[in-house]
This record gives sequence, C-alpha cells and structure tokens, in this order.
Amino acid sequence: MAQVDLGALLDERALGNFVKFFAGAFPPDLSPDFLGFLVKPTIETIQISILGTAIAVAIGFPLGLLGTATLAFRGILHGREIAGAPSRRLVRFLPYAASRALLSLFRSIPEFVWALMFVKGVGLGPFPGVLAIGVAYGGMIGKIYSEILEAVDPQPLEALQATGASRWQIVLYGFLPQAYPNFVSYTLYRWECAIRASAVLGLVGAGGLGQEIEISMRMFDFHQVFTLVIILFALVAGVDWLSARIRQRVFAR
Amino acid sequence: MYRLENIRKVFNGDLVAVDHVSLKITPGEQVAIIGPSGAGKTTLFRLLNLTLRPDGGVLWLGNSDVGELRGRALRATRRRIGTIYQQHNLVPRLPVVHNVLAGRLGAWSGWRAVWSLFRPQDLHSAYAALSQVGIPEKLYARTDELSGGQQQRVAIARVLVQNPEVILADEPVASVDPNLAHSIVKLLVEISQTSGMTLVMNLHSVELALTYFPRVIGFREGRIQFDRPPAELNDDLLSRLYAGMSRSEAQEAGIDADYEAPFTSSCGPLLPGK
Amino acid sequence: MAPVHARTADRYGVTTPSSRWFPYAMTAAVAVLVWWSARGTEVDLAMLLRDGPRAILSYTTRLFPPDLSSGFLANTAVGTLETLAISIMGSLLSMLVAFAVVFFASANLMYTGVLFEREQLGPAGRGLRVSVYLLAKGLLNILRSIPEIVWATVFVFAVGLGPFPGVLALGVHNGGVLGKLFGEVLENVDRRPIEALQTTGASRFQILIYGILPQALPHFLSYSLYRWEVNIRAAAILGLVGAGGLGQRIHIAVSLFLENQLLTLLVAIYIVVTLVDYLSAYLRSLL
Repeated sequence: MAQVDLGALLDERALGNFVKFFAGAFPPDLSPDFLGFLVKPTIETIQISILGTAIAVAIGFPLGLLGTATLAFRGILHGREIAGAPSRRLVRFLPYAASRALLSLFRSIPEFVWALMFVKGVGLGPFPGVLAIGVAYGGMIGKIYSEILEAVDPQPLEALQATGASRWQIVLYGFLPQAYPNFVSYTLYRWECAIRASAVLGLVGAGGLGQEIEISMRMFDFHQVFTLVIILFALVAGVDWLSARIRQRVFAR
Repeated sequence: MYRLENIRKVFNGDLVAVDHVSLKITPGEQVAIIGPSGAGKTTLFRLLNLTLRPDGGVLWLGNSDVGELRGRALRATRRRIGTIYQQHNLVPRLPVVHNVLAGRLGAWSGWRAVWSLFRPQDLHSAYAALSQVGIPEKLYARTDELSGGQQQRVAIARVLVQNPEVILADEPVASVDPNLAHSIVKLLVEISQTSGMTLVMNLHSVELALTYFPRVIGFREGRIQFDRPPAELNDDLLSRLYAGMSRSEAQEAGIDADYEAPFTSSCGPLLPGK
Repeated sequence: MAPVHARTADRYGVTTPSSRWFPYAMTAAVAVLVWWSARGTEVDLAMLLRDGPRAILSYTTRLFPPDLSSGFLANTAVGTLETLAISIMGSLLSMLVAFAVVFFASANLMYTGVLFEREQLGPAGRGLRVSVYLLAKGLLNILRSIPEIVWATVFVFAVGLGPFPGVLALGVHNGGVLGKLFGEVLENVDRRPIEALQTTGASRFQILIYGILPQALPHFLSYSLYRWEVNIRAAAILGLVGAGGLGQRIHIAVSLFLENQLLTLLVAIYIVVTLVDYLSAYLRSLL
C-alpha cells in the first residue's frame, strides 16, 4: 500500500536527484545580510515554542487534574467516603470522563491540522502556531500529567489523611510534591518538541523559521534552506542542553 | 478514651481480620499490642485511626461513636488522633518543615495550607517539636536526605505539632536499627507520660513491649489472647501467642519458639484462644 | 550547632540550603520568558478571550454536517489506509536504522565502562573507536533534528510524489529518535549480569548477545511502539508536502474551504490515531 519501492530509491535518477539536491544546498548561504535577516524569525520560533508550551500547560494541567481517576472518584481520597449512592459517583465521574474525552480530541488531531485551521481562523503569522501547539500539546500534557498523578506513592497520602487533612490539602501536600519532578521533566521534553514543531508549522504560514524555509524552498534557493536547517539544528541542540541542565537541578540528590 | 464493643472487620467477604474484639483504653494509658504478622494488628490499628470502617460492633472515642463518621466530622475527629506508620509517613520531596507542619493541616484552611508552603506558618511549633525529638538542625533539609531513624523522628515531630489526644503507632521501629529503636520507643512513651496523650503501639519486638509499657495486649488471628501488665506475662503465654510462626519470625520477635506449651482450651478471663 | 550565615539563617540559627531559592528563581524566569514570548508573537490575550469563544463556535458550526457521500468516503478510506501503511512501514524502517547505528553510538559498548575496564585499548584503537562513536552519535543527532517534513520534502525531490517518500522520511527521522532512546537504554543496563558474564570468559560480542540485549530488547520494543503513536500523527500530515495519505486531502479541504469534507477527514484522523494509541498501549502491556 505504501508503494515501497526500494529499487526506486537506489536507481540512477533518485541518486542523481539526491546529489543535485545536496550539491545545490552546499555551501550554506552565510552572507551577513541573510543571517541578520534570520535573527527575527529565529527569535520568533523560540517565542512560539515557549508560549505554546505555556498555553499547553495552562490547558493540560487543570484538565489533567480533572481526568485523574485517583483524584476524581477512586483511591485514598474516597476510600471511606464512597456513599454507594450512584448519583454521587456519577457527579464525580462526569467531569472526569468529559476532560479525558476533550484531552483525547486535542491530542489526536495533529498540530499541523490545528495550525491549518487556526491560520484560516486568525490569519497568518505566529499566533496560529502558538494556538496550535497550545491545544495539541495541551492534550498530551494533560494525559501524561494524570498518569503521573495516578502513579504517586499512596502511603504518605494515607499518613496525611490520618492527621485530618482535607482532600485539597492532601492534593497539595501529598500528590503534587511527589508529581512535581516528573511534571517538570515531561514539560521540558514537550518544549523540545515544541521548538521543532514551531519551526515546521511555519511551513503553513505560522511564522518563525518554518515560514522562511517555505519561502526559500519556493525560490529553490537551497543554500538558504541549508542555512535554515543548520540554525534549526543548533536551536534543537541548545534546547536539549538547557533542559538537561534543568533536569539535573530538579532531580538533584 | 477508646471503647471497642465487638468490633469486627471482614475483607473480601470471607477474610476475617478482626473478630469480635472488645477493649477499653483509658485516657493517658500506654498500651503495647504484640502478635505474629498477619494477626490483624495493622487492621485494628487502621480501625482505631479511622482509616477503615468497622463491619460490626461499636467504636467509641471519648464519648462519641466514631464508626460511621463522614466528611467534616470525620476530619475533625482524625485531628484528635496522631498516627505514626512503620514507613513512608512523609512526603519525600518536601523539606522537613512542611512535613512537620502537615500536622496542622486539620486546623488550617485550604488557603493557609497553600500560603504555608511559601512562608511556613507556626514555625516556632515546628522548631520546638523538632528540638523535642532531637534534630532541630534539620528544619529545612529535604526529607528524603534523612536516615530512616531521623525520618521517624520527623513523623513524631509532626504528631507533636498536631497535638492530638491519642498517639497510634504501627510498628514504628520495625525498619530502624535496634539501638535507635529503643530510643524512639522510649521517646514516645515519655511524651505520652508527660503530655497525657494516650499511646497505643503495635510492636514487632516483645522485648520493647515488655521493657517500656505498663500494659501489653497479645493479638492473634483477629482476637485478643491476653491483656496484662508485663509482670504477669510468662513464656507460656508468649509462645502460645506466636505458635506456628516460622523460626526466623520468632527470632525477630525475640522469643523462644521452640517451647511447646501444652495446649488448653480454656484460659480464664481471656477470650478463648482457638 | 551548625555555623550561622547572617543572611540565610532564621532566628533559630538554622541555615536554609541555597536550593530553597531555586524553584522561586525558576518560576520567575519562566514568567518573564512567557511574557516576552507573548509580546514577540503579537498574541493579544484580551482579543483572544473576547473573540475566541465566538470564533471557535462559528467555525465549529461550519464544520457540520460531515460530508458522507460515498465517493468521498471511499477517498477518505483510501487515504486512511495509506496513512496507516506509511506509519507502519516508517516505524519498521526506523527500527532497522536505529538498531544498525545505536551499537556504535553507545559509549559503554565502544570504549568505556564494564567491558573495557581490564583490557585497556591502545591509543590508536581507542582513538578509532571514539571517532566512530562520535560519528554515529552525530549521525543520529542530524537525523532526528531535521523535522520529518523537511526530510519528506527532500525525498519527494529525490524519488517523486506519493507515499514512498513519506515512509523514508519517517524512517530516517525516527531512526535518529529511536537511536537516541535505544542508546539511553543500552547505557543504563544493569552492570551486574554483564560483569558476571565477563568472568566466565565470554567475548564482548557474546556478552552483548547474552547480557545486554535481553535486558534491552523489551525497552526497544516499548519505545518503538510508543513512537508509532507519534508516527501516525506525522504520517497524516506528511501528505501536505505531497507524501500521500490523509494530509494531502486535508490540505485540499482547508484550502478550498470545504469544511464539511474537513470534518470527515478529522474524524478519520481521530479514529486512526486513537486506534493506534490503543493498539500500542495494549501491545506494550504485553511486554
């Protein structure tokens, strides 16, 4: 179905095209004009990734909390309290099911498609890119956050409950501190992906480096494309390094 | 303080963990509960600290029937009971100060609890409690950096901050060095004597129970086997309590399990053994 | 009594470890970054909150009802199957690529760690191995830093349109990603069975087969399945650059303002992505 044709990959023409492509790209366009011109899109890409991730956390964290079974209706917070009355369980269950469904919807539609829709909705530029990343990644962050919360060690929670703490206090003093390192770790990982995504979303007009790549490709100026790819590579490497350092601090000792 | 009347707890329909237990504990007493693993000591403990609901019988704390409490009333009653578990009492990543102040959560509103994470409220009581257990310098250390014995002390400090009427401890020293174990048990007994808080402790080690407690209850297969001061206990009673244990369990508990007492079916004022 | 620093000790003389300030500093830094990003991307929060819900509502109503004509449904079905096929073939290819390269990109297999503690390599041998290691790692980094879309464009250029360049793009890019993840697995294997095998006199290669791989393979499979979930989403959109599948059709639908068709396609994507997610989770639970 995928029409995989290894023969086609290796035949003369394809190889020839490859060579032409890479020859056409080398050397990268390093003229100061072009590089100076690229500063703004590069910064824009970084900004899109940061704001997009921030919105994703703003969407994903509350929905993730709602969609955690051990917070909504199961486990330590409800052990002695389940009245058995079906209506009370339903009241707890509905927001749980609804937020899970919503998160699932958000993350099943690729950010690209979201970007296309937002571009149609709010126009070109970085804004639709931010929204697309926010929504799509919000779905992922919400799902993973609730998985992290459900994997928390229940024993300290029982101890807190025994002191007479209320449900919210148990969440605050017991669930969240235990979940925090994993929250940070996953959010950093999402930010790495966001950098790559924001560059790519530019291809549909959502700003940043991606838009420049699209323009350069359209003009068949592969030297410029090469430069852009190098910059992208450097960005990803930088984010990689930074998030590794942050992880070290957070998980220290 | 506590009055249990025919308390019963059954799991999964047929596993009777606590079987018609009746018991009275007066305020300010120190009571040790000993018995083999799986006897139901921990279930009894969790009934007493209101984590579980009894399936039968009545449970009195002070003058109230606490078996069926819920919501606010349950929370308020839990405040009166301080709990120390064998392990994992504390939230590992929080600094010690917050774990200690968690004892106040029953008295704080939600907002105060949040604010305290940034600016600890009642700092002096936390410091005083930590001083009382001997580790005031650890106030801001991260909890998972402390040794097991130190963490148990922090748990005790939390109970002190909570200032309950009753302290319940479930095998608090089972995971601690034997030398430290003595000092921790001694500390809790002293706290109970000076402050008037009732103390009920599940213990794995018979030696600790006999050394520090004026009243020892033997628990086996969900029932009380005996309830006496240490002076009235003898090897016979103890061996029967632990009969059928494996050799190593017996060694850990510190008793001589090779002694086979002649079995009698009636034991006087105590509940029948088997 | 611990030494007292005038600045950080409170009235009890207990010093606060410096790490106490780190979370606050971090939060402040993040807040500043977010504000800066919002300025830069011209995001008008007020406008978003005011007009947003209305715009979303009106757009959503335009999507209904979905286009369920038999012709279009058939087209969608073909696209869905194509996307699925691209993701599967792409995943397989990426596993091959990663598997081939990762052994050269693991420090503990190439020149350091348990396998090399006793037998010291000569400087030439060591130099050679380190360079191979660096090359392999570098290759994986390049493969995974370049987004699939860009790879797809390159391959479209090389072999023409259709699903094949999509497969290649996914294979190459995810080969890099899996290579890095596999590498982390290999570097974190439990040392002790390796040491034990070493004392039996096994060669390095044998130790690899008997000691390292059995520990690593379940994780390899788990990561590969997890990447499949990512791939299916990527496969759906590679169509935008001409690599077939649902992406192509979505692009058309959006460009021509055919919102009803778009809804059908969105449902198709949702179904296939959810399907793959469930399959992947199920297969991983078997591991």
